[in-house]
Amino acid sequence: MSGISTGGASRDGYGKGLLRLAEDSRVVVLEADLGKSTKSHHFREKFPDRTVSLGIAEQNMMIVAAGMASSGKIPYASTFAIFTERAFEQIRNGIARAGLNVHICGSHGGIHTGSDGSSAQSIEDLGIYRTIPNMTVIHPCDDLSAEELTVLTKDLNTPSYMRTVRNKVPRIYTPDDAKKLKIGKGSLIREGSDTAIIACGIMVGIAHEASKILQADGIFASVVDMHTIKPLDNELLRELAEICGCFVTAEDHSIIGGLGSAVSEWASEEFPLPIEKIGVKDRFGESGESNELLEQMDMMEDNIVQAVKKVLRRKKMQS
Amino acid sequence: MSYQIEPLAIMAKECRKDIIEMIYSAKSGHPGGSLSAIDVLVGLYQTALNYRLEDMNWRDRDRFIMSKGHASPAIYSILHQLDIISKEDILSFRRLGSVCQGHVDMKWTDGVDFSAGSLGMGLSFGLGCALAAKMDKSKRKIWVMIGDGETQEGQIWEAAMAASYHSTENLNIIVDRNRIQNDDFVGNQMEIGNIGKKFESFGWNIREIDGHNMEEIVDALDWAKNDNSGPSAIIAQTIKGKGVSFMENNPSFHGKSPTDEEFKLAMEELG
Ligand SMILES: Cc1ncc(C[n+]2csc(CCOP(=O)(O)OP(=O)(O)O)c2C)c(N)n1
Repeated sequence: MSGISTGGASRDGYGKGLLRLAEDSRVVVLEADLGKSTKSHHFREKFPDRTVSLGIAEQNMMIVAAGMASSGKIPYASTFAIFTERAFEQIRNGIARAGLNVHICGSHGGIHTGSDGSSAQSIEDLGIYRTIPNMTVIHPCDDLSAEELTVLTKDLNTPSYMRTVRNKVPRIYTPDDAKKLKIGKGSLIREGSDTAIIACGIMVGIAHEASKILQADGIFASVVDMHTIKPLDNELLRELAEICGCFVTAEDHSIIGGLGSAVSEWASEEFPLPIEKIGVKDRFGESGESNELLEQMDMMEDNIVQAVKKVLRRKKMQS
Repeated sequence: MSYQIEPLAIMAKECRKDIIEMIYSAKSGHPGGSLSAIDVLVGLYQTALNYRLEDMNWRDRDRFIMSKGHASPAIYSILHQLDIISKEDILSFRRLGSVCQGHVDMKWTDGVDFSAGSLGMGLSFGLGCALAAKMDKSKRKIWVMIGDGETQEGQIWEAAMAASYHSTENLNIIVDRNRIQNDDFVGNQMEIGNIGKKFESFGWNIREIDGHNMEEIVDALDWAKNDNSGPSAIIAQTIKGKGVSFMENNPSFHGKSPTDEEFKLAMEELG
């Protein structure tokens, strides 16, 4: 994997992805007064006739999207991640249950969203959407992968939820590497055989930094960008479990219900092994800078380093 | 266009018998709101809705969105009268594997365009269909039916506001104003006042009719179909349980099957 450079935020990738999707005339975009934030406004500016503005009414937007999907359109509906949650039952009953391929994007996910405070920091979205039958749940780690994964959603045979984030993070992928991504296939960012750090979203970059610190201590960790939370890449998990024998998960999401839970569910049935979880520990956030909040919630590089050391001790005790 | 009223009345009567039979057979279901809606629905399917019996999935068919999906027996009775589903199908209502699910469901039944069960969503869905039809420059019309209790859901008004903003003149709604909801009379639960005025203030064209008078029904449907100045709402004043004396205007028959005795009586009354 090539060097990290500064790029845009993953929401910018979503905006660019929509523009690339526009060549398919079935693609339509729905907005609820946050197009400038989710970045769907780029599509709106170029394709006003295929963009529907629905005002601040998220429940209506989701079901309007369902109606359009039933009429042959491929709808992309976005708002803040937290406000998609207001329409959870619409998404469950009106979209997924009806088998309608609506693609939902929730931007500004996680505590990383920062100073808007706890009302804007969705830390449960991945968990709740993962419980819905047939939903594909995606959370990219940078703008380039977000763009590619957005483009790939169009050919899914399921509805999807993609969480993007507000703030810029260092790029993980080069444009060429990002083009190799596949929905449902985790991406190995770094190979190591002592443990594997399974991460998503902004935590992929932080995990990558942590793995460099660990290497200086003689500990070699694999780092995975598990951009698809559902369906989870069980094949990759098994390979890594056999090589490493222990995992650390890392996500900007509640440790209840998200990636860490999904990996633990898999492990408990398929391959029991020690797992440490980095994430938001069953609490709400508050206003602050992204990094201040990550520090407050024990979600920095050092916390991952400590979690790796702990999980290695647990692995040793077991053997 | 003028229609013979008599055959419509005969079909509605057959539908009423089907409704009672299938709910009795399932030992559960919603007779009240099915019986209140059936006259309007027969009028809709027989005089206004544009579809092809030989191809219920025809792309340019009008869409009918039954938002008050608990009144599914009304829809199944019509689909049965049209020979799209069989007598066995309707008698398997609510049983495991039946094409007649408890609430109408587009994944289970040919000729159903919406997966209902959760009130308040159908108008939004219809709006999505209407917007898609306009983008496709298709002439298909979108028809939605909701209950009066259902108008208590805020999403109905989100959709009503959006429809007039987007000038979806191809979108029509019928409100089954039977004045009873789940627990009790609407007036005792949370009275909603003049629904027509509310839609009007949201920018809709409105008509109030007697929802059991076939001439008024056919006339209003024709008006909604041909009015191109904006979305149209028909407020159909109806009687919950209409056609079966002891169910009429009786809140306890919102969601309950008749007993053996009641079944016999009801079928006798319906002839
Ligand atoms: C969102 C939602 N809340 C509650 C219910 C349960 N429920 C089913 S029918 C009903 C009453 C509906 O009343 P109305 O809309 O007046 O319908 P009708 O009288 O025509 O049957 C209720 C509360 C539901 N199906 N969906």
